[in-house]
Amino acid sequence: MKFRILLIALFFSSPALADPVQVAVAANFTGPVKIIAANFEKETPHQVNLSFGATGKLYAQIRNGAPFEVLLAADAKTPAKLEQEGETVSGSRFTYAIGKLVLWSPKPGTVDDQGKVLEKNDFAHLAVADPKLAPYGAAAVETLTALGLLQTIQPKFVQGENIAQTYQFVASGNAELGLITLSQVMKEGKVTEGSAWIVPAALHQPIRQDAVILNKGKDNAAARAWMDYLKSEQARMVIRSFGYDF
Amino acid sequence: MLDSDDFAAIRLTFELATVTTLLLLLLGTPLAWWLARTRSRWRGPVGAVVALPLVLPPTVLGFYLLITMGPDGPIGHLTQSLGLGLLPFTFPGLVVASFLYSLPFVVQPIQNAFEAMGERPLEMAATLRASPLDAFFTVAIPLAKPGFWTAAILGFAHTVGEFGVVLMMGGNIPGVTRVVSVQIYSRVEAMEYIQAHWLAGGMVFFSFFVLLALQIFRRDRR
Repeated sequence: MKFRILLIALFFSSPALADPVQVAVAANFTGPVKIIAANFEKETPHQVNLSFGATGKLYAQIRNGAPFEVLLAADAKTPAKLEQEGETVSGSRFTYAIGKLVLWSPKPGTVDDQGKVLEKNDFAHLAVADPKLAPYGAAAVETLTALGLLQTIQPKFVQGENIAQTYQFVASGNAELGLITLSQVMKEGKVTEGSAWIVPAALHQPIRQDAVILNKGKDNAAARAWMDYLKSEQARMVIRSFGYDF
Repeated sequence: MLDSDDFAAIRLTFELATVTTLLLLLLGTPLAWWLARTRSRWRGPVGAVVALPLVLPPTVLGFYLLITMGPDGPIGHLTQSLGLGLLPFTFPGLVVASFLYSLPFVVQPIQNAFEAMGERPLEMAATLRASPLDAFFTVAIPLAKPGFWTAAILGFAHTVGEFGVVLMMGGNIPGVTRVVSVQIYSRVEAMEYIQAHWLAGGMVFFSFFVLLALQIFRRDRR
């Protein structure tokens, strides 16, 4: 009997000891979040379980009862929508990263550091993420509009369903150029392959990526600890090294 | 409800399925004939390659097509040296992809029909002094007709239902590579559920009636 009580006590207390937090992460943040999570587990008593997916799919899963406690979205729209729908802990939403758009080619010397290659227009395809679905796609269209080039270049669009597929179109050489995220071609603080033009932030709306605690994580101390850690200087150093801003 | 984008996608899908099915019947028939009658040791490996799209995820096919048709891939080198340019993001590229993707659905029914007919009808034709080619067109093909119908219907329907391959190498260009399945996916992702329902429900009806037609057709033949 005593043993059984002990067993029950052990069973109920174990979540409080380890209390892993379930974090759903936008696929484009995979690289930095893995490092941040490893550091977080080293520096705090908490543990993290990461699930990756496109923000739109994560949204649908959350709305249908997925066990996620925190969402790191690839946009600001989805967390705000979940907040409106009463799926989040109010006051927990904040911008953890601001993405940078980059014009990139896997070939050195194709993209100049002013992006004039867009005006020259001597390419067959420009890969962009679907502007209807992906924030980076919308930013790409805004940029071309601001440059007054949308009309001439739009017929050359090839659209990836998400930013990872867009990268694949360019990296495989099927599209000569692509408007993708800096984090996809940046390693340890610099663009190591091909040629790139980092699009000035003034040419498009900021690509804010917001995080929010979901209802399921309301009483989990690890969820709050995780959000605090995301704002820490250690986490931000990692985020910055992958080409994001704040 | 549906807008011009959706109708463009529907039209494109039927064009793609029609062109692909015709090509498959044209090129798949000799292949099925060879597979049905050869005693070559290559029969097994070739048959397995034809059947590969049945078991491979479409993303595998799409991924390798994107790489091999790209500027650094073997098919890409070939098409460029022939002056055809590159195939990804083009309608002909989709035709090539759909051809491979639906190949087993066309080759296997025709092959089965040729096998079921056996040697005898052709031997009879030979004793009546029909040349092999003559016998093929006047005896083998008419006898295998149900197989051809099954092949055409399945090849067409399977191409209409293609998604992963097109998504991987199509580039989602309106009127060129944006087929219905991709359009449905975009509508769902953009949370435009009404249009998604019309298109997706239409696909369910279409597929159901195609398969129903196939069932009735098969019963009639028996």
